[in-house]
Amino acid sequence: MTPEKVEKALFIIFAVIAIASALNILLQRSPIYSALSLIGTLLSLSALYLTVRAQFIAAIQIVVYAGAIMVLFLFVIMLLNVPKDQPQIEKQKGLRYLAIPFAGALIAETFYVLRLVPARALPVVAPAMADQAVGTTWSIGVGLFTSYLLPFEVTSVLILMAVVGAMVLARREGD
Amino acid sequence: MISIIIGVLAYVAPVLLQAQPFLKRFEPTLINFLMLSFLLFVVGVAGVLSRRNIIIIFMSIELILNAVNLNLIAFSRYLDINKDALAAKGLAVNPLAGPVFTIFIIVVAAAEAAVGLGIVIAMFRNRETVAIDEIDLLKW
Repeated sequence: MTPEKVEKALFIIFAVIAIASALNILLQRSPIYSALSLIGTLLSLSALYLTVRAQFIAAIQIVVYAGAIMVLFLFVIMLLNVPKDQPQIEKQKGLRYLAIPFAGALIAETFYVLRLVPARALPVVAPAMADQAVGTTWSIGVGLFTSYLLPFEVTSVLILMAVVGAMVLARREGD
Repeated sequence: MISIIIGVLAYVAPVLLQAQPFLKRFEPTLINFLMLSFLLFVVGVAGVLSRRNIIIIFMSIELILNAVNLNLIAFSRYLDINKDALAAKGLAVNPLAGPVFTIFIIVVAAAEAAVGLGIVIAMFRNRETVAIDEIDLLKW
């Protein structure tokens, strides 16, 4: 098999897995199964990042998203021991039909915008010099510490505030 | 369950056989990534609007953020490949912005998950519920 065929097959397989497990998040009643489906979506997106030569982002996706954030979700789900989700009680049934024109408008807008994307779009996946791709750790590191240094530092302040805020919010009143 | 799978296969198999020439010509382009990203975004919006468990709503928000990340990475790759062609047209592009902003989005998602789940724990301690239609203290 040529590399192009492998990339094509990988795109189709992981796109289908991503959509299917994303739908599974909504279809499951139990939050645990939803969280596991979300992990499936995140992992297949990571594989898609690899096919477009964004190696560093693929690794970060697995370590931070599928690792840290989803463990946090599973921890909270198991800590709270929430009952299975019941269908929503509808108070205004007429509003349901109002959703159809809005959804149609969203889809029409999207196709209108996507129409402007060049039809002869060059393949995103192309055999290129892998060492000099933008997705490598080297190029991202250089970018983060030169042209994007200020946003990087502001982000670290944001993380600090989020950690302190989460501790204050989850603390018991008496402590 | 198995009968459902067989039934779906019976429907899908002829379509797949007919789609074989299309699949042979198919090559993942920018627009395919944008369509995939749009589908993930729509599924996330549907989750936010239709579920009443606040934890699943958080997961749907993560899904929306991931759709945005996929968009950024795909555009970054597209700009990287077409850098010379775009420069000939007089457009200066910066393909590095895509991955860098993806990292920032992941960081913001982590912060949002930490604070949001802290709020969920505090809410569950006070009200014994995670259903959003029962959390209506601030509703007028």
